[in-house]
Amino acid sequence: MKSSVIVFPGSNCDRDIAVALEKMQFKNQMVWHKETNLPKSDLIVIPGGFSYGDYLRSGAIAGKSKIIGEVIKAANSGCLVLGICNGFQILTETGLLKGTLLRNRDLKFINKDIHIKVINNKTNFSLKYKKNQVLKMNIAHNEGNYFTNPKHLEELEKNNLIAFKYCDEKGNINNQSNPNGAINNIAGIYNSKKNILGMMPHPERMVDKIISNTDGVNLFSSLLN
Amino acid sequence: MKITDEIIRNHGLELKEYKEIQKLLKRNPNLLELGIFSAMWNEHCSYKSSRIHLKKLPTNGKQVIQGPGENAGVIDIGDDDAIVFKIESHNHPSYIEPYQGAATGVGGILRDVFTMGARPIALLNSIHFGSPSHPKTKSLLNGVVSGIGGYGNCIGIPTVAGETKFDETYNENILVNAMAVGHAKKEKIFYSKAKGLNKSVVYVGSKTGRDGIHGASMASAEFDDNSEEKKPTVQVGDPFTEKLLLEACLELMKDDSIISIQDMGAAGLTSSSVEMASKGSLGIELNLDKVPCREENMTPYEIMLSESQERMLIILEDGKEENAKKIFEKWDLDFVIIGKTTNTKNLTLKLNGLIQGEIPIDALASMAPKYDRQWVKKKLPKNKVEIKNLKKIKTEDALNKILSSPNHSNKSWVTNQFDQMVMCDTAKRSGSDAAIIRIHNKDKAIAISVDSSANYCKSHPLTGGKQIVCENWRNLISVGAKPLAITNCLNFGNPENKEIMGEFAECLEGIKESCEFLNYPVVSGNVSFYNGTNKKNIKPTPVIGGVGLINKLSYPLDHNFKKENSIIILIGKTFGHLEQSCFLKENYSIVDGRPPEVNLLNEKNNGELVLKLINKNLILSAHDVSSGGLITALCEMTFANSIGVKTEKPKNLRNLTQYLFGEDQGRYILEIDKKNYTTVEKIIKNADVYFENIGITQKNYFEISGEMKTAVNDLFKVNNQWYNNF
Repeated sequence: MKSSVIVFPGSNCDRDIAVALEKMQFKNQMVWHKETNLPKSDLIVIPGGFSYGDYLRSGAIAGKSKIIGEVIKAANSGCLVLGICNGFQILTETGLLKGTLLRNRDLKFINKDIHIKVINNKTNFSLKYKKNQVLKMNIAHNEGNYFTNPKHLEELEKNNLIAFKYCDEKGNINNQSNPNGAINNIAGIYNSKKNILGMMPHPERMVDKIISNTDGVNLFSSLLN
Repeated sequence: MKITDEIIRNHGLELKEYKEIQKLLKRNPNLLELGIFSAMWNEHCSYKSSRIHLKKLPTNGKQVIQGPGENAGVIDIGDDDAIVFKIESHNHPSYIEPYQGAATGVGGILRDVFTMGARPIALLNSIHFGSPSHPKTKSLLNGVVSGIGGYGNCIGIPTVAGETKFDETYNENILVNAMAVGHAKKEKIFYSKAKGLNKSVVYVGSKTGRDGIHGASMASAEFDDNSEEKKPTVQVGDPFTEKLLLEACLELMKDDSIISIQDMGAAGLTSSSVEMASKGSLGIELNLDKVPCREENMTPYEIMLSESQERMLIILEDGKEENAKKIFEKWDLDFVIIGKTTNTKNLTLKLNGLIQGEIPIDALASMAPKYDRQWVKKKLPKNKVEIKNLKKIKTEDALNKILSSPNHSNKSWVTNQFDQMVMCDTAKRSGSDAAIIRIHNKDKAIAISVDSSANYCKSHPLTGGKQIVCENWRNLISVGAKPLAITNCLNFGNPENKEIMGEFAECLEGIKESCEFLNYPVVSGNVSFYNGTNKKNIKPTPVIGGVGLINKLSYPLDHNFKKENSIIILIGKTFGHLEQSCFLKENYSIVDGRPPEVNLLNEKNNGELVLKLINKNLILSAHDVSSGGLITALCEMTFANSIGVKTEKPKNLRNLTQYLFGEDQGRYILEIDKKNYTTVEKIIKNADVYFENIGITQKNYFEISGEMKTAVNDLFKVNNQWYNNF
């Protein structure tokens, strides 16, 4: 399986995701933001970081970059696209995913291990997980507070487009287990065709038990399937 | 412009220093030249009060590749790997403008590390604030923490460990010390020494603006009531540009284009060019009209003294200019040849072909003033705290007081604002005795910790200096690392005061004794004097940053109890030293008496034994005993996994409070699987080290027989309140 990781100036999880993909036997390439051609790939990953410094709204400039037009084309023709953290923010800026990511409820950057629940385990990204499985993952963001309009929110819930929700160790989804104030505890969503996933937690940080745990492995092995 | 006495004083120079300048130049300097002298001769850049004392520190060892004097120290960790690290202060700017002051402190220390060819792999910090009740503390804490996070998170280097402390001594002069650690290949270390004539001097990075002019001089003076007016001397950080600069520099460093490279830190273009030329015994000529400027009509004076961030000066090999330029253009950074090396041994500054200033390099560097300032010794305090005269307090209440105090509370409010995981090699994060960072793609790792004990140092600087090196050493041992070398950040008051100078000289003597005995050399560091406001000096606060090596990281060790029914032993003797303890401070507001004694022989034997046991995989968890004593350390081990402990009171006990809360040095608590106990006991007895069997782990409860029994979760709650309520 061929993957491409898009590298913007200011991306800083690009190496981490490349390491995880290679560990999972993907044939990976790094694609610089000034490129105008995207190599043929089965999976495109937009990694975390602070693209172009994020001095404007997070992801806003990356959403208008040269390479992103190619990403949009590929996504529309069915290529799998994964946006993690800043990548999720960029996907919402391009319109490939609806909604937006506001500043965290407490107006502070948060880095910690949190728990998420697998809501939809029937997609290319999640079929190796069990439904309602609780995963421990790491988050690291300042703008992770997902927000969308009531109509879209209803669509997300009704059409099973919510990938993950924040929960506690035992799987309870409530205000206490919501680290950043995201609407309905949403940690990750799909587009309507379910070929695009945007998520705030970092699965690439959870593939090595010396560092953390291996709860992210199944996301990548689902993709290989 | 006539140089008046007032202009001289405004440049932070003494009149006798000005006379020296006239002598060295054999004429009067112009304003540009005076500015350059003031930038190079201030305390921050010249180390004029500290140099003669710093010379005494041990800086050699088999593990040392580069000691002090370069941008950062370099040590050998085996194979072809080297670790590059340094700590630096950014105290004054952070007090004036906490967010930018702290952020640029991080940016500056990172540049020191990647200038040498290392990819930064970890950041640490030691931050000290005034009393929580002081009106400024809250906003300073908020600003500094988000500034440190803002810079490190954006550039994508994990902030993995640190200390956050409060004491009224820092009410009007906080401390913000940042440490960076990088990894390089041994044969690819880059130095700042210039070589060769007529080589291109290249300016790369951000443009030069009017920010930070005279920042280094500001950092070399005491604060007064008008300190707020110094805001314009604080630089503004841009972590995004630094990320680009980091990647561009590392890309250029892959081949052999670079002869020498130096970041523009304190005193900007001035100190970087002078340092490169001075180390290479060369001259350097700069065409200031070529320097990329952010603002129009900047004068040579402003260009030379600006401390705009994210800039580097590089001397390139002939013919490498084009390729280097391409790399920097790829990263959208300025790349301009602004001068060349010469054989004049002068710093020559030109504007549109006309010389604006010319100063012998030696006059700025090696001939800078050096003072042997007066200092006095401090006697070991005699005043005794009589424990038996104090009001009785229940053990549990005293413990709660400590656990809920600002200095001992859980610091996740702080550390959760730092990305600790990016780069995916952080095996142990903040909260551990030391952070563990794996070397990328290898199975070895380094352990890192920063430590300070201002109260001990104030009470008796010699013992305090000794103690803090040992504590740092113990923290590395506790995660199974062999301690290799340290960097130090020496935060002191006004060196013109002989008591303060005495604190400095004696802390350094203490540091020296411990480092020598433990083979734990100093490879880099920074001195920050003039910490104080209106003649009130801070307590002496040397901060030690240590790096150790874990040869094979199979299972990263920490201090959390792992299972029930393990045997808990205490290595090292307990005498019950309560003076200067956290127990007396938090429960009786007494900060008095002498610090605990440091016995280097025991320290070394105990540490080496613990490391041996860990390396033989006989230890489930380990923790050093420090501030708060045995009971606090034990308690900290119970939190993560809700595994408690049941301890017995020792036989032939004189005083339980002293036993539980005493801060005697050289002690470790170890958790041992029952099945390994006999083996462990035999090894300890063979090593002739004192130990006590103090109890066993149990489910959920923290218990001292006949004294207290409390649910671990309740103690954890107590430990977690303070920051959230603040």
